[in-house]
Amino acid sequence: MRRSLVAAFALCLSAGVACAQEPTKTPIKLDIVNDALPNSLTGAPGNAEAGRKVFLTRTLGNCLACHQVTSLKSEEFHGEFGPSLDGVAGRYTEAQLRLIVADPKRIFTDTVMPAFFKNEGLSRVRPEFVGKSILTAAQVEDVIAFLKTLN
Amino acid sequence: MLQRFAGIAAAAVAFASVATCVFAQDAERKGIAAPPGHVFKTIISGYEFRSKETRALQDDDLENPGFLAVERAADVWKKVEGAAGKSCMSCHEQAETSMKGVGAAMPKWDDKLQKPVNLEQRINICRTEHMKAEPWKFKSQELTDMTTFVRYQSHGMKVSVKTDGPMSPWFERGKQIYYTRYGQLDLACESCHERNNGKFMRADFLSQGQTNGFPTYRLRDQRLVPLHERFEGCMFDVRAEPFKPLSDEFIALELYVAWRGIGLPVETPSVRN
Ligand code: HEC
Ligand code: HEC
Ligand code: HEC
Repeated sequence: MRRSLVAAFALCLSAGVACAQEPTKTPIKLDIVNDALPNSLTGAPGNAEAGRKVFLTRTLGNCLACHQVTSLKSEEFHGEFGPSLDGVAGRYTEAQLRLIVADPKRIFTDTVMPAFFKNEGLSRVRPEFVGKSILTAAQVEDVIAFLKTLN
Repeated sequence: MLQRFAGIAAAAVAFASVATCVFAQDAERKGIAAPPGHVFKTIISGYEFRSKETRALQDDDLENPGFLAVERAADVWKKVEGAAGKSCMSCHEQAETSMKGVGAAMPKWDDKLQKPVNLEQRINICRTEHMKAEPWKFKSQELTDMTTFVRYQSHGMKVSVKTDGPMSPWFERGKQIYYTRYGQLDLACESCHERNNGKFMRADFLSQGQTNGFPTYRLRDQRLVPLHERFEGCMFDVRAEPFKPLSDEFIALELYVAWRGIGLPVETPSVRN
């Protein structure tokens, strides 16, 4: 899976402009087992410190826009759309957290939380984001590693 | 003026980051009772969701920067332009009387075009057909100023759009757009302005997304922003390809969203962050 994404990207570079109109990335397929994603999306564990950055960065996770986290108290503007993520590692297994981040509508029907690892089935996506998920597989794994520190 | 705004922005940030104030402000939000069958129980203007400083700026006619546009357009109203040798005043005389209530009831059905038109389109129709002048570009200072000026003549009057008869398919189309999720973030207008209004999102309190204050002076942009530019911005932010300003889609959406704010007083020119 990951290899095919890399290959698609390389193809993109050589094809140049044509890429912008023609998304060459294959649709992401999630291996869901019992409402969870047991396997790491990269095959390796993520990095919690990198995950904290992804969590906070507006153009990446932007998770704080909707959630509150006490250990990030020094950061401004904790949003109120979603619940506090304090202790979330105790409420869900790693595999459940992975699916919640990758495609939360599979767990919370009709939620406003975006799917961070999904690249199709969306409407009027701006051209520069067509065929792309909000986060890469590695970034999702990093966020999961960070969420696991919230216990 | 610039310094004043910097102070206001700082005050807003300081205010917002004190969590307890979030609830203190909540209790003060005043609204109007919605008619039966409406989506909200209480219809609340975006004004109520803004900081005390921003509200004070809107309320003070001398300090409210939106009034500069009203003054500029009052001069243009009298100015002869175009091959027909007319000004707005040649036909409409005093705007204070001829335009009273007009801006509160837009978009309106146009028999000739067989579709609803909003205020910007109506003004440009007068320029091209009645004045034989060039239409003003969307987002140009001239068009936004004149839109503000005409709508200001309805200041304090209730928003009252017609949604039946030939308007009804447009209303339904607008409603459909309102509830459709768009963009990479997969969010609908409803996700934010219906389900989550009153809540804090990043640096902002989410309002009901009402249109009674448009064009609105945005402190962030330091200029008046027309409604369809705000629609574009809200779609852009969810990483969606926005519809075009003055497109049929945005006119339908404008009609539907105006209905969601039915009965609110026109606040143009309002002030928002
Ligand atoms: C647009 C707002 C929004 C954003 C952005 C967002 N979430 Fe959420 N999230 C929610 C909402 C709302 C819920 C509650 C689920 C529901 O809708 O019932 C939720 C639920 C969750 C839960 C389950 C919490 C619990 O205790 O049940 C986790 C974990 C979570 N989000 C993690 C994240 C992470 C990590 C990010 C960033 C990568 C993120 N969220 C970004 C809105 C958001
Ligand atoms: C991700 C959340 C989000 C979505 C989705 C969204 N908006 Fe907004 N909108 C905002 C924020 C934040 C503001 C500024 C604060 C406020 O007034 O709510 C805003 C402001 C507005 C305003 C100005 C309100 C005022 O009083 O000045 C209007 C009108 C509006 N939105 C309409 C829409 C429409 C129509 C849609 C759907 C096409 C939409 N919004 C989608 C977040 C959103
Ligand atoms: C030559 C005469 C003429 C001039 C000049 C003119 N208009 Fe009009 N205007 C009309 C007529 C006639 C209507 C009624 C609708 C129609 O037939 O287009 C109208 C309608 C309007 C309306 C809608 C009123 C309503 O009740 O809904 C607005 C707003 C308007 N004009 C604004 C302007 C502005 C602003 C200018 C100057 C830029 C202007 N007009 C110049 C003739 C004129």
